[in-house]
Amino acid sequence: MSGRTLYDKLWDEHAVQTAEDGTTLLYIDCQLVHEVTSPQAFEGLRLAGRSPWRPDSIVAVADHNVPTEPDLEEIPDAVSRHQVEVLDANCAEYGLLEFPMGDPRQGIVHVIGPEQGITLPGMTVVCGDSHTSTHGALATLAFGIGTSQVEHVLATQCLPVRKPANMLVRLEGHTAPGVGAKDLALALIGSIGAAGGTGCAIEFAGQAVEGMSMEARMTLCNMAIEAGARSGLVAVDDVTLEYVRGRTYAPEGAVWEEAERRWRELRSDDDAVFEHAVVLQAGELAPQVTWGTSPEMVVPVDTAVPRPDEAEDSVRADDMKAALNYMGLEGGETVTDLELDRIFIGSCTNARIEDLREAAAVVRGRHCADNIRQALVVPGSGRVKAQAESEGLDRIFTEAGFEWREPGCSMCLAMNADRLEPGERCAATSNRNFEGRQGEGGRTHLVSPAMAAAAACAGHFVDVRKYLA
Amino acid sequence: MIPFVRHRGIVVPLDRSNIDTDVIIPKQYLKSVKRTGFGPNLFDSWRYLAPGDLESDHSRRPRNPDFVLNQSRYQGASVLVTGANFGCGSSREHAVWAFLDAGFRAVIAPSFADIFDTNSAKNGLLTVRLPEDAVRTLVEEIEQTEGYRLDIDLPEQTVAADSGATWSFDIDPQRKHCLVEGLDDIALTLHHSDRIREFEAARRAHAPWLFDRFGSP
Ligand code: SF4
Repeated sequence: MSGRTLYDKLWDEHAVQTAEDGTTLLYIDCQLVHEVTSPQAFEGLRLAGRSPWRPDSIVAVADHNVPTEPDLEEIPDAVSRHQVEVLDANCAEYGLLEFPMGDPRQGIVHVIGPEQGITLPGMTVVCGDSHTSTHGALATLAFGIGTSQVEHVLATQCLPVRKPANMLVRLEGHTAPGVGAKDLALALIGSIGAAGGTGCAIEFAGQAVEGMSMEARMTLCNMAIEAGARSGLVAVDDVTLEYVRGRTYAPEGAVWEEAERRWRELRSDDDAVFEHAVVLQAGELAPQVTWGTSPEMVVPVDTAVPRPDEAEDSVRADDMKAALNYMGLEGGETVTDLELDRIFIGSCTNARIEDLREAAAVVRGRHCADNIRQALVVPGSGRVKAQAESEGLDRIFTEAGFEWREPGCSMCLAMNADRLEPGERCAATSNRNFEGRQGEGGRTHLVSPAMAAAAACAGHFVDVRKYLA
Repeated sequence: MIPFVRHRGIVVPLDRSNIDTDVIIPKQYLKSVKRTGFGPNLFDSWRYLAPGDLESDHSRRPRNPDFVLNQSRYQGASVLVTGANFGCGSSREHAVWAFLDAGFRAVIAPSFADIFDTNSAKNGLLTVRLPEDAVRTLVEEIEQTEGYRLDIDLPEQTVAADSGATWSFDIDPQRKHCLVEGLDDIALTLHHSDRIREFEAARRAHAPWLFDRFGSP
């Protein structure tokens, strides 16, 4: 028998039973809940006369709707406020742990999970949110689910699921200074397409991944869903263990010793078989910038926006035309000539402390260009915010003309007051450049934190490698 | 869940790939705590000329006459034919609820994003995978023939046009069974409660650090 992949091992360990047709009843160790995708699940539970199977496996937080302006007592938007109140009420009714608005632990669900030690290696974690793939950086089997499945896990602690295929993405070599996990993720999606990982769980491996911090690995796994893969994964190593050790909900003492011993086995066997494999040379990569309305529409910063007549076929050419039209581009523009209106540094992709440090290092000693109407920095959690403030990063940003905000999803999806006006062009560190994502008619270019910071200072895209040289 | 066995309905084409859930239903409608009422907001930003929100009277919002769903020949459509990787993006089940609320029963595409696909199955919206060239042919035929309808037969796994053309499609047998019977799969899982409890007890012994972690007293 050939060896097993990390994903196989995690899957097998959580399989309650597997039916003849291959449907596995998968046991879920932890469910994370937020205000947008849970109300209908709790309602469904109640209507069916059921209650949560294991309340001690659930953590809730409000993040999508929360305003990020400082010093607000309550949410000004009544509809958003109601949704958050419904979450509070559901948590109170069933005795669930919740980090409510204003709590120092509050933040984006995918930032607080690893940060609080809620997410541990070897677990299954689900959340009614597609970027649950983020947690796979800790060798956790984590994936996003819809509201019906949220209800299913609440009611049964399990999900009937089919096993995805294994895909290995090897990132060879080391990225140059100014090029990071976000650029690797975008380049990968550009190469395999937004559906390139559909039906798969992606394990990221190779020198570039081994050399990455946990936070960079989270950025990589976060973007797995933008390649169509429900899960991203990285094997356990010393970096993982050092990250987890001492976190609030991590085990301690003898229990830690036992857990660590078992976690060290969480890696693919040498002879494991992957159905799909991709290799990317990290050393050759330039910083990436998306130009269209799908994350796969991406180019290196030192090139030009592609033109529809370069497309492989007429279907792609039509998609490109529609995207370019929405983005207010024709194709052929030099990327560094694109002028920006707003800058957004935040989201579950890039709002952890290292992301803010990376952006601040570029901003230090510079100032936002005159044409930038707004530059937002939205820390991923209360803890990230406090840490950044203790390092003086907030001052670097505010002195350069950035706004320093309270934690939340903010302009990643613009459910709160932070949004683009129609036609505005934004450099964003988030994960989706879909039409209207950051506000109806808004035009989003996805980049790394360093690239967003550099674009803020220049007023247009620049190759951040030049700033760092 | 509403069962899906056979369906005949007017077909509307939306010839683009990678249509994402933000386009299917924009975020402002996600503030609702209900499952219903999203029908008028399906493809909201393509359908209307001005933005709306949960409190808008959508019947009074100016419509984009160029958008297919607004064209008189497609009124009452219940089947969508569209491009690859349909439903990519977020996990919002509101996207599926919006389709059902707008009277749709099936979406035909070369491929679907995983979460959208699962959400559809849980709610009785049938996702039908047909090869790229079949979808191409369908789009052309629909555009040429006003009132174009398709017959979808789930037990037979076929899609048939009035012209006599038929296509067969693959579907996971378990999903088919649940759709045809309209089964509540939570109840199905709860049939295995004893097995789940047994598994859970073994897991507690094996990884005690994963138990009694959270929850307010
Ligand atoms: S930051 Fe953006 S992508 Fe992440 S959970 Fe929030 S809305 Fe979703």
